[in-house]
Amino acid sequence: MELLCPAGSMPALKAALDNGADAVYVGLKNQTNARHFAGLNLDQMKLSEACKLVHSRGKKIHVAVNTFAHAGQVATWQQAVDQCADSGADVLIAADIAVLAYAAQQHPELELHLSVQASATNAAALVYYQQFNIKRVVLPRVLSIQQVAQLKQHTDLDLEVFAFGSLCIMAEGRCYLSSYLTGDSPNTLGACSPANHVRWQQQGEHLESRLNQVLIDRFAKDEKAGYPTLCKGRFQLQDQCFHALEEPTSLNTLELLPQLQQLGIASLKIEGRQRSPAYVAQITKVWRQAIDVLKSGQWQLQPQWQQALSQLSEGSQTTLGAYHRQWK
Amino acid sequence: MQATTSCQLSLGPISYYWPKQQVLDFYQQLQSSPISRIYLGETVCRKRNELRLGDYLDLGRELQQQGKEVLLSTMTLLETQNEVLQLTKAVDNGELQIEANDFAAVQLCMERKLPFVAGPSLNIYNEDALELLLNQGMSCWVPPIELSQQRLEAVLNSSKIANRREQFELEIFALGHIPLAWSARCFTARSLNRSKDNCQLCCLDYPSGRLVNSQEGEPLFVLNGIQTQSGKRHNLINDLPSLMPMAQRLRLSPQAKDMGLWIERFAKGIERLATGQDGLTQGLPSTELLWPLEANDCNGYWRQLAGMEAILSAEHQDD
Repeated sequence: MELLCPAGSMPALKAALDNGADAVYVGLKNQTNARHFAGLNLDQMKLSEACKLVHSRGKKIHVAVNTFAHAGQVATWQQAVDQCADSGADVLIAADIAVLAYAAQQHPELELHLSVQASATNAAALVYYQQFNIKRVVLPRVLSIQQVAQLKQHTDLDLEVFAFGSLCIMAEGRCYLSSYLTGDSPNTLGACSPANHVRWQQQGEHLESRLNQVLIDRFAKDEKAGYPTLCKGRFQLQDQCFHALEEPTSLNTLELLPQLQQLGIASLKIEGRQRSPAYVAQITKVWRQAIDVLKSGQWQLQPQWQQALSQLSEGSQTTLGAYHRQWK
Repeated sequence: MQATTSCQLSLGPISYYWPKQQVLDFYQQLQSSPISRIYLGETVCRKRNELRLGDYLDLGRELQQQGKEVLLSTMTLLETQNEVLQLTKAVDNGELQIEANDFAAVQLCMERKLPFVAGPSLNIYNEDALELLLNQGMSCWVPPIELSQQRLEAVLNSSKIANRREQFELEIFALGHIPLAWSARCFTARSLNRSKDNCQLCCLDYPSGRLVNSQEGEPLFVLNGIQTQSGKRHNLINDLPSLMPMAQRLRLSPQAKDMGLWIERFAKGIERLATGQDGLTQGLPSTELLWPLEANDCNGYWRQLAGMEAILSAEHQDD
């Protein structure tokens, strides 16, 4: 079972390698990937450098070109695919059928993984995407562990699951919440609740977070204020004010590790290309230890792992998310 | 491009969970309405089974006898093999063309060489993707609702698509709360402190979903089971001048209240413009509102703005 870690920058990439990642994933410095944030990602020169470094350590590098191309601008996405192939990356992660078809035709030697942004949650959809010779699918964070197990029985593709990090509660690639409020679509621009639309305002005792003027949450003095990701705001439903969609929390599947291994999951993905190198280092270290203990056959969930992960989580809370049926 | 006079009205699938009788009454009342095409079927939640496939087929035959063209919409988020089997049965219904809302349905139609409508939840944002679907049997395209007029024109005017326009119809979502997101979680059940497994089919109690406001009272979302809709209603009635030269069909999404009224308003608007009033035939945009938007209406997506924005002036185009 591969440990696949995020690298939004060269320092993060080194941190992942130094702490035991089997593979890293990166994006280019434009809207062709789903973590298009200022100051993040690699240009082509850095990408080539990253590929050399990763390969010198005997590890793998995946490149996400996983947003959907705008009309008339498909060439930009094709160029990103070419850059991925030219730099010597091991894997291209893509979602748009236009991008997948181009990669399959132009770079048949490049291993293709179906991005989580493609929202492929069932065996019949996977058959559709197999026309592009994909080898692996990154599963959306909407399936329960039982559903993952069932899917495994109905496909011969490798399965990659999200193991830890920010939790998208909506099927990825099928969420317009952010575009409805800001006009910028995560599907094509590659950013959810983008920072340029965020405003923090002190109102008397309260701190307010706004996204394009809309009030997402209001925090009392002693409350920890979270980033105004839309699906984690506090809203009003009749006379109740609560986290109507989800609380600020992170996905953590550490306790499912033996089950994931048993299912034959190919890869565990750690979310967080937008995170700091220090964060990547700490998370990678914990997961490396856990996987190694599991491989030794002496599995025992260690409380210090969970503690370390909780401290690095949104709102210091973690959840099994959809993997656990009760969450739904 | 087809003549503007051919712009027809479609009725999308019912997105809410209504009791069977309400569904039957709803379609009964629209018998003589100027709707030419009706999409039946459940697209949101597999637990919604007031009507099953056989009921939809029966209903479809009745509606066909009334002169309507009937299609069958299919589920958007399929999580289990059983749902894939149900989808396969729907595709194999032998009578009605399928609207694919997931690539699973596209695959099943392709295998059977059946034409299909590409529904709005398929992520087709560019000409290359559209060309691929066209080669795979797409007969009609309902673009993602967040796609603006400008971006849609860029797809249609591209060299790959421009000379194949007669091979497919374009249907634009013109009225209704926008499906914004799909989740494993049921938010309606959650709002009642229930889990999805124990939802007790609570969506039946909310024929228009449950409205969620910001803490300042601004409508943000409508909870509709596992689907989150826009708090405001997307309403492109004043955009008919730009829609009609482009789209062969406009989709109106079923709502519990005033459906007949809005069908009439759209039909009248189309007729007014198609008969040459408002200067449309000379290619001039209307400067007059066809119908005032209601307080909770929006139209931002069409203008490449935030979807929740409501631009009142008919000629305003913010590119």
